Amino acid sequence: MDYRTALTTCTYCGCGCNFYLEVLDGQIIDTIPCKTSPVNEGKLCVKGWNVHEFVQSPNRLTRPLLRKNGAFEEASWDEALDFTASKLREIKDNCGGNSVGFLSSAKATNEENYLFQKLARAALGTNNIDHCARL
Amino acid sequence: MTNSVAELENSACIFVIGSNTTSSHPLVATRIFRAKQKGAKLIVADPRKIQLALMADTYVRQNLGTDVALINGIMHVILDRGWQDQGFIEERTEGFETVKEKVRSYTPEKVSGITGIPEEDIVKIAEDFGTAQTASIVYCMGITQHVTGVDNVKSLANLAMLTGNVGKESTGVNPLRGQNNVQGACDMGGLPNVYPGYQAVNMLDNQKKFESIWGTDLSDQVGRTVSDMLGGLSDGSLKALYVMGENPMLSDPDTAHVEKALKAAELLVVQDIFFTPTAELAHVVLPGSSFAEKDGTFTNTERRVMRVRKAIEPVGDSRPDWQIIQEISNRLGYSMDYDSPEAILKEIAEVTPSYSGITYERLEGEGLQWPCPDEGHPGTKFLHKDAFARGKGLFHAIDFKPPAESVDANYPFWLTTGRIHVHYHTGTMTRNSPTLHSEVPEGSLEINPGDAGQLGIREGDEVEVSSRRGKIRTKTVLTERVKEGLVFMPFHFVESNANALTNPALDPIAKIPELKVCAVRVEKAA
Repeated sequence: MDYRTALTTCTYCGCGCNFYLEVLDGQIIDTIPCKTSPVNEGKLCVKGWNVHEFVQSPNRLTRPLLRKNGAFEEASWDEALDFTASKLREIKDNCGGNSVGFLSSAKATNEENYLFQKLARAALGTNNIDHCARL
Repeated sequence: MTNSVAELENSACIFVIGSNTTSSHPLVATRIFRAKQKGAKLIVADPRKIQLALMADTYVRQNLGTDVALINGIMHVILDRGWQDQGFIEERTEGFETVKEKVRSYTPEKVSGITGIPEEDIVKIAEDFGTAQTASIVYCMGITQHVTGVDNVKSLANLAMLTGNVGKESTGVNPLRGQNNVQGACDMGGLPNVYPGYQAVNMLDNQKKFESIWGTDLSDQVGRTVSDMLGGLSDGSLKALYVMGENPMLSDPDTAHVEKALKAAELLVVQDIFFTPTAELAHVVLPGSSFAEKDGTFTNTERRVMRVRKAIEPVGDSRPDWQIIQEISNRLGYSMDYDSPEAILKEIAEVTPSYSGITYERLEGEGLQWPCPDEGHPGTKFLHKDAFARGKGLFHAIDFKPPAESVDANYPFWLTTGRIHVHYHTGTMTRNSPTLHSEVPEGSLEINPGDAGQLGIREGDEVEVSSRRGKIRTKTVLTERVKEGLVFMPFHFVESNANALTNPALDPIAKIPELKVCAVRVEKAA
């Protein structure tokens, strides 16, 4: 049996509680609150205690999907990424970078938010980037 | 937050307005409970009689959208009784006279008429807040999601400055950020007007700095907000939208309008961990990895940057968002070559002054609160200690303005929306969590038993709720949490989507929609 824990930060609200995800043979089996966290001091709310449940849900998206003739079909990463980039390039070339908008995510990490706005600003040349701070 | 979560428990007075803290930020509520045990006065202002109201020294139930009037009324009484902090006002602020003049007419009698709050409660709040050694303001989207959102926040800042409750331990103006990393997404420049670290895109020095570091030309034009992007898709001025980890089909007001806009896109890219109602409309769906499958950092509501650590490999063929973005960028001809999130944070620290001293090594343990300008800096527990960012704190004289729409004979109920304790935002994650979903598997409408009686509605009955924009069906919960004339719906449930009803009217400055106030009709379903 391969048992390990990973100390991390909750993905739900803005409190930022810390906990250990317990992993047994590649499956997340439970959540243990972190007692030395300056925020939650060993406590968690009902969402935090159960945060591991959605991660390996059978409903997770596991393959890229491309719409073909109106319906979604599974696609390879190369196919999905090539399609996305070529359409973005075509729209940028025909209508300019400002005809593309980007919605970043308050669920993604700082590093990912940084890269996403860099993609909008440096690769597309637009400041059309926002996220759900207002929602 | 200007101050830290832990400081709340040593505050002598906590004023919670527009935050259902026990449901939406339970581990902040814990600190409020502790403060109360230590003798703090607790003031709660909320149109719904939320759980915190039950333990408040003073609970007031303001009419929807009347917060500016309430806060002006509190300031009127504080000035009338001489409870203001004159030393702080003189040394640290400017513009005080304009506010003093403005609030003169906001007598308890007038304010009571607007807000529906008894005059004596307004006086009691003013006394408890105005005479406390340290007083903290805690607010959330109940303050901001209004056409007067900016006015509401400025009014709270006025109240804090008037009483000298800024720049000291256990005081401050403390917005609770709703999403785990909404603070970080803002800090990282996920906004149309600023680069990382709130450096304005339309200032030449900033543009030059980022052009030099990123090695390409950049635009000096402020970009579009979410609502402007949706408008642009509708009118054809925007052709493509790339959505990463957001679900506007449920989170944005007036769903019919959102759907029309998204369907008009020439290209809609949705990158998410679940197949959301927004993904259903996409041309391409890219499966991202969840927080448990990658390394990185989140920044919480008290500006604390903390580590996210990979626990398992990406589920299925999903990929961490940073890798997907990099692949797209490289295909667009703008090279990105980061070998890890840590390499990205190094660049963030280089370009973002408030994050300059942050490294993965230093984040071990308790993390670091920004501003953290260099590697020797311990981080910042509370802001504005000796001066405000602009020097002196600026008072704003603000008048009460009513909400964008009002009840009438056709739409006689006020509707407000919010979260419930077991669910989160658009339910994408919590409704895929068997334990949480089984606690509350469906949406509902809270209605006062008096109103329900008038309409012939009993507990659990199916009702039709309609606004000037849409119509949904849901079941009823009869409760005194809402007063007569007011109804409440959580917005987590796609089957009874509260945002099909809500009003997309925007605050003119922040462009935040008035999700917290609209007018609806309630009828027993046929």
